[in-house]
Formats: sequence, structure tokens, C-alpha cells
Amino acid sequence: MRVALFITCVNDALFPGTGRATVTLLERLGVQVDFPAGQSCCGQIQYNTGYRHETEPLLRRFARVFAPYEYVVTPSGSCAAMVRENYPRLGERAVAEGRGGELAELAAEAVPKVRELTEFLVDVLGVTDVGAYFPHSVAYHPTCHSLRVLRVGDRPLRLLRAVEGLELRELAGAQECCGFGGTFAVKNAAVSSAMGADKVADAVATGAEVLCAADNSCLTHIGGTIARTGRGPRVMHLAEILARTEADAPSRTAEGFRR
Amino acid sequence: MSRTDLGMPAFPRAAERATRDQRLRGNLRHATHTIRAKRATAVAELDDWQRLRAAGAAVKNRTLRHLDHYLLQAEAAVTEAGGTVHWAADAAEANRIVAGLVKRTGEREVVKVKSMATQETGLNAALEAEGIRAYETDLAELIVQLGHDRPSHILVPAIHRNRGEIRDIFRREMAAWGRPAPEALGDDPAELAEAARLHLREKFLRAKVGVSGANFLVAETGTLVVLESEGNGRMCLTLPDTLISVVGIEKIVPTWRDLEVFLQLLPRSSTAERMNPYTTTWTGTTDGDGPRAFHLVLLDNGRTDALADTVGRQALRCIRCSACLNVCPVYERAGGHAYGSAYPGPIGAILTPQLRGVTDPLDASLPYASSLCGACYEVCPVAIDIPEVLVHLRERVVEGGRVTRHGARVTIKPAKGHAAERAAMRAARWTFDHPRALRAGERLASRTRRLHPSRLRVLPGPARAWSDSRDLPAVPPEPFRDWWARHRAAKGERE
Amino acid sequence: MSGGRDVVLGRIRRALADVPAAERPEDVAVPRDYRTTHTDDDPARALDLLAARLADYRARVHRCGEQEIPRRVAELLAERGSRAVVVPGGLPSAWLSRAEGVEVVTDDPGLTHARLDGVRSVVTGCALAIAETGTLVLDASPDQGSRRISLIPDHHVCVVRAPAQVVASVPLALPRLDPARPLTWISGPSATSDIELDRVEGVHGPRVLDVIIATTDG
Repeated sequence: MRVALFITCVNDALFPGTGRATVTLLERLGVQVDFPAGQSCCGQIQYNTGYRHETEPLLRRFARVFAPYEYVVTPSGSCAAMVRENYPRLGERAVAEGRGGELAELAAEAVPKVRELTEFLVDVLGVTDVGAYFPHSVAYHPTCHSLRVLRVGDRPLRLLRAVEGLELRELAGAQECCGFGGTFAVKNAAVSSAMGADKVADAVATGAEVLCAADNSCLTHIGGTIARTGRGPRVMHLAEILARTEADAPSRTAEGFRR
Repeated sequence: MSRTDLGMPAFPRAAERATRDQRLRGNLRHATHTIRAKRATAVAELDDWQRLRAAGAAVKNRTLRHLDHYLLQAEAAVTEAGGTVHWAADAAEANRIVAGLVKRTGEREVVKVKSMATQETGLNAALEAEGIRAYETDLAELIVQLGHDRPSHILVPAIHRNRGEIRDIFRREMAAWGRPAPEALGDDPAELAEAARLHLREKFLRAKVGVSGANFLVAETGTLVVLESEGNGRMCLTLPDTLISVVGIEKIVPTWRDLEVFLQLLPRSSTAERMNPYTTTWTGTTDGDGPRAFHLVLLDNGRTDALADTVGRQALRCIRCSACLNVCPVYERAGGHAYGSAYPGPIGAILTPQLRGVTDPLDASLPYASSLCGACYEVCPVAIDIPEVLVHLRERVVEGGRVTRHGARVTIKPAKGHAAERAAMRAARWTFDHPRALRAGERLASRTRRLHPSRLRVLPGPARAWSDSRDLPAVPPEPFRDWWARHRAAKGERE
Repeated sequence: MSGGRDVVLGRIRRALADVPAAERPEDVAVPRDYRTTHTDDDPARALDLLAARLADYRARVHRCGEQEIPRRVAELLAERGSRAVVVPGGLPSAWLSRAEGVEVVTDDPGLTHARLDGVRSVVTGCALAIAETGTLVLDASPDQGSRRISLIPDHHVCVVRAPAQVVASVPLALPRLDPARPLTWISGPSATSDIELDRVEGVHGPRVLDVIIATTDG
């Protein structure tokens, strides 16, 4: 099984700990992970802001870089959703615009390989107990694209429930968007902030030590709001929880928000 | 669309104001959360909901792809049944037709059933200019009219008002329009509904002309269908001598049987009921029952422009249930007025820029009034992929290009104010397509991290909108790809 | 007028340039794999469901045998203190035979709206009732009268004859209804959700809806 890690641009630059955790976790489960260096960004932010044509070279790059692999695993729900939902659309539009079927063919090759991390663990590897140990109370935020585009369902919760020592707390209004939405956070900052504040209030109400999600873009928004107000749980990517074992010293990841 | 909507500030500014209005936030949160839970329960009762949804979308697709055929069929059936059919290419023509029809009856007032189409055309103001007074009879529309206000929701136009505010409006304004509010009117909803009943009854009983919209128009039979709750619709549709219905051309369904789909989808999506209290269907005129004259005004007003867009076309499937508003986190915080049209919420954000174009700054800002969370698409009973259309319209805003406006193919320029963004997106694409440059940039950021301010509190340029309320994460000591290189080397040594 | 028509039709045809000329409406597939009914075939259960769903939306449900209709009607009118009742011309005359001291006003085009507004109750039959949704459908037949008589009075007594007039679902109701007739679908008394999206019963239509489900004898 040739498995490539698609780290995503945000994780590469800002949250390498999530990438390290994903590699640690997969290797612990016996997966040979490769990281093709030619990868960069899925193009989500460009596409969602209206720059479809700027996304096309990134689709080509994605398809080319990951062509040799059977699976492409990514610790980001929204980037997986971008590939799965919008790459085929890029192809369709190009065909409709009389620009040939190249993009559609590349999309058709790339899409079936892509698995968001929890999908890969539960569906491909068939595991829910990944041997993790995390003795803390945790609330889970499902993130919109994992929930409604990928439909990962309860996979993340099944993984979390199997973590030894972890106490799962229910997050009220879990299915509501945190208000990030890429450039939405800047273009409609007031509404975005209001949504973020409500999400943080719900997270605080759980009393959990950690709020986790499988998407660092949403966590950047929630964590940024918590860091500003100084009140709320620590935010962590799901992979970083699943990677922890009893052998790990209780250390903090180096990156994230300065508190 | 209605004149009052022009010159509104772009969405972000209006929405920003709304987020600071604590009472509005409270009213909207209470109302939308109430209906959300109820809708979910009503929908869960039908285990074939997704199949009904697929059928609803397919019926509407069939209609839209053959709209000319079905309109002609409907026109023939309505005429055959004793009705008169009029066609209006835009709002002004529709309003002119309606005003002319009212004048011909010699009447100076009309009673109205809540109608999105006449809200869109600004009919009340147009009639007022002709010396004709239009009385809104839906409770929420009455609250809006008496309050000199604008609707903020498709189903419940006064959703932004709570019971206390409604009581105050009734006490203050009813006397100027007819029967005053009862002395010592309280804020119990049943009491307020009773006040509306008393106030409007005299108007219903004397009205000679009724004006309505319609939820559906059945092509094969020429039957119009109006769903409602209060009975004001039945009053307006059956008591007057003349009935004028203004109906968007996309309201057609091909067959009587098709109603079996929509009469299951609409009530549960809209008021979260198995069935709304009253549905009236009529075909032309009936001797001895209801209006003696029936006029159907078929309205385009930008719909054919939307129809010409193969991606945006799906917005015309909308059956105006407002489920998308009720689940939308942006609508919940921005309120309906910020959308600046008769159609607020997610559906408004894709419908308005198609009906009116994207040249006005407000209209050009609407496609961005969404975090693309997808909750609207999930609840839409006719499966309109609202996020897909939003992104498509964003492209139209930033890139311009060939579109249809008023039935003619034109090329529009990219909207103003996106030059810096466009440059940034191009630069990002270039960087992402040149991983070496990307890695160099990441390393530079990491190595200079000690020089970054300890907390990024105020960012320059548009990013400031982020830093007003949120911190940015610190840049890590090294990007992932550098760690990977070391990791792989170490692993290679081990193996 | 014809200007608008030609303009709109012309725009539509240009807008649909992507639709192949040979495509017919029925070429656009409509999947009809949704349920015809969500209820099983047992007529007794359909009746129970109808009663439950009507009551759920605050209609008052009374079940009896057909021969008991006159007594039930009289009781319901007396209960509301109705001194006058409007009836459609074709209402079975027996139904009001027990209502003593109540003025019976017959539906007639000469009856003014104002006069109707002074009548407290109305008694009608119906075309059919839909169990799943708790809906009564009136089609202006002789035992139901013109649409306004079941609208203006504040108290509506509607008689459903079971099992003949009861169908399980909306898809089973539509084929039995004639679209050429003016139809009124009634699900509970008038209501509104316009204040804080919270449902309250009783606005412009009848505030009290009494439904007599009369089972055919034998």
C-alpha cells in the first residue's frame, strides 16, 4: 500500500506538529508513509474566493505529485473536501468552456485516492483504537466540511472514545460553523467574530481542557479567538491526541498560540 | 426590486451593525433555534425525505429546462378556465399591469396575501403612487407595514421583532389604519393574533380586490396553489370580486401529481408542520364561489437572466420555504435587512445577485455573505447547492465576463476593490506552484520568528479585520517539510 | 401585453440554448421512488392516525357512528352557544334535525359577507381526509358549499365519513381530487407562527374546528 501524506500548506507552514503527529500515528499503525516534496496547496482559498482559474495549476500539480500513490491521506477535512468536491467541478467547467477534458481526467484520477485522516484510519485501516493515551477531558468540534461535504459522521468520535484516559465532553451546537470560512473571516469580520465567540462560549461551557478538531484552519479561528480573550480550552488537532501514547512525556507542542 | 433597497450599504457594514444590536441578536437566535429543532423533527418523520428531495429537484429541473413549453401550457389552461393571463418582463411592467387592473375596477384599496413576488417588485409603493392603498394581511407583514419597517425573513417577515415590540407597534399604529388595538393589549402571542383578527376583519369583508402570489402553478390544469396558516389568504383569495395573482415564471410545476412531492416538502421545511393549516387551490373562476374575475401576472424580472446561467439556474428551483435562513449562522447574526432585498439569507445571497446583477456594491457583496458551511444546502428541500452557486457568483464578481442582463448577453468588468486580492491570489498560486519558493518563504518566516511581535495584535491592510478580534498563531521553528527531511534521513539510517 | 409575452418567451428560449433541441420535457427523468404512503393498509389504523394527527394540531375530534351525527352536531352547536348556523345547500338535512332553537342559514350567493360574519357556526361535509397530515379537503360540492362559509364563521363542524372518505397520504389524496374545483385543505384551526416562530392557534379562519369522524354503519 503506497500512502502519501498531503500535509496541506497551512499545516506545513504553521502547524508542523500536526504533520509530525500524523506521521507518528500512521507509522505506529504500520503504514509506510511518504511525503512527496512537490506538493503544495489544494487551492481551496483561491477557489472559494472566486479565483477558479488560479486553482487549476494546483489541481494539475496535485494530480501529478500524487499519481504514484494508492492513497493520499490528509489531516484536513476542508482540503480533502476541496479535492473531492471541487476538483471534479473544475474539470466539468473546463469541459463546458470548451477547454478540453484534461482537468476532468486529472480530477478523476486524484479524487478516489484522497482520504481525510479519520476516514483512512476507520475505513482503510479498519481501526478505531489506535493505542493512544491522553488523560484529559476533550470536546470535539466536527468542522463543516468534514461534517457536510465529506460526511465523516462519527468516525472521529469513535476514535476519540477509544483513547485511553480521555474523557469526551459533548459540545453544544457542535454542528454550527465556527465562523472561519477562509476569506469570510476577513471580508465579514464582524459576523465571523460573532460566530467564533459563540463557538468559544459553547466550548468553555463544556469545561473540557482541550477542544479538538480534524482541521487546523477552523482551530486557527477558534484558537485565535480564545488567545485574544484569554478564556477557553486549549485547541489541538485530533491527530496530536491520537499520536500520544503512555510513553510520551507530557509535553506541549511547540507551535500554536502564545498564551 | 423595491426602491427602498437601493443605496443600502454593502453586506459587511450592515451586518456589522446588526451584530452589535443585542436585542436583534436575541430575537433572531430565539426564533431560528426554535424552528430548527422543529423542522428536524418534522422531516425525520418521513423516512423517504431524501427521495422526495431528489424528486422535488428533478421536477423543477424538468420545468426549468422546458419553461417556455410549460408557461404556454399554463397560459392556455388558465385562459380556458376563465382567467386572464398577463406577462411582465420586469417589476415596472408588473406593477403597471396590476395598477391598471385595480383602477379598472374603480376601487382604491386592495387586500394582499403575503407574496414574495410583489415584495420584490415593490408593488405597494407603486400602487400608493397611483392612489391605491394596499393592506397587508399576513400577521408578520401587518407588523412590518404598521411599523414602517422592512421584511427580514421570507416566511416570517417580522422575525426581527419580539412580542413586546409587536405589542407596542399595534398599540401605536393600528388606529391610523383602521380599528385600533384593544385597550390594555398585552404581549401574549394569542392576544396579539386576536388584535390582528379584529383589526383586519372589516377590511376583508369590504374588499373588492385581492392581490396574491402563488406557491405553485400547475401547467397541465392551470391551477394556482397558495399555502398559508392564518386564513388571511383564504379571505383574500375568496371574498373579493377580483383576484390578481403575481407569480414568478419559475413557480410552475408540470402536473397535478407533482404537488404530491411539494405538498410534503414545503410545509415541513417551512413552518415545520406536517401540513400548514390552509391550502387553497383554484383554477380560473368558479360560478357562485369566489372572485368573478381572475388575473394571472407572470413575472420575469431577472429570472430569465438566472436561467441563462447553467450553474446559477438551480436557484430558480427555490420554493421559498426559508429553511436555509433558519439554519444559517450568518443570517442568525446579520439579520435579514443586511441582505438588502426581499430575499434574505443564503437563498437571497444567490438569488439577488442573479436577479439584479452584481454591479451595485451591495449586490456584489452578497456572494461573500457566507462561510460556506453548507448547512443551507443540507436542509434545502429542492437540493439547491447554495455554496456552489455562491462560489460561482464570487467568480463573476472578481473576474467579470459574459453574463445575461435583461435578456441580452453582455460582458461585465470585474468588480472594483478586488485588485489587491487578485494580485495576492495570483502570487499565492505562483508560490504554491513553485515549492522551492514556498519552502524558502516558510524557512524565512521560521528563522525570523524571534523578530515577530510576541502577539500579533494589529495586522496591516485587510488582515486587520482578522486581528481586531483574533490572534494569529506563532510561526513554528521549522516548517513540516524540514522536519520530514530529517525524519526520513534518520529513518533511512535506522533501516 | 403581448409585448411582455414575446419578450419573456424570447428570453427563455435564448437562456435555454444549452438544452438540446431534441430534448422533450419527459426526457428529464423524475425519480418517483418516494413512498406512496407512510402508513400501512389497515383502515382502522388510518382512522386512528387521522384522529391523532387532527388532534395534534388542536382540532377537536369526535368519533361516532353515522346515526349519531345529528346528536353530535346539536351538542357541538350548543356547546359554543351558537344561535345561528350556516349550512351548504346539499348538507344531509338529518344532520341538523336535533339542533333545536338554532337558526339555519343556507349558503347562497345572495348571502352577504357581513351577514355571514354574524353567524357563529358552520356545518359541512368534506371531499376527503388525509390521515398522515391530519388534513380535511373541501371541494365545494353540495354538502360543503362555497369556500367562504367554512371561513368566516368562528366555529367549523366538519363531518368525515369513514372509511370511505379517509386516505392515508397526500399522494393518495391528489388523484381523488378534481383540480377544476376550488379546493380548501384544512389542517387544524387557523394558526400563525409569526410571533417569534412560535405556533399559536386562532387567527382569521375558524378558531374552533370540530371534526366528527362518523363510521358508516354496518
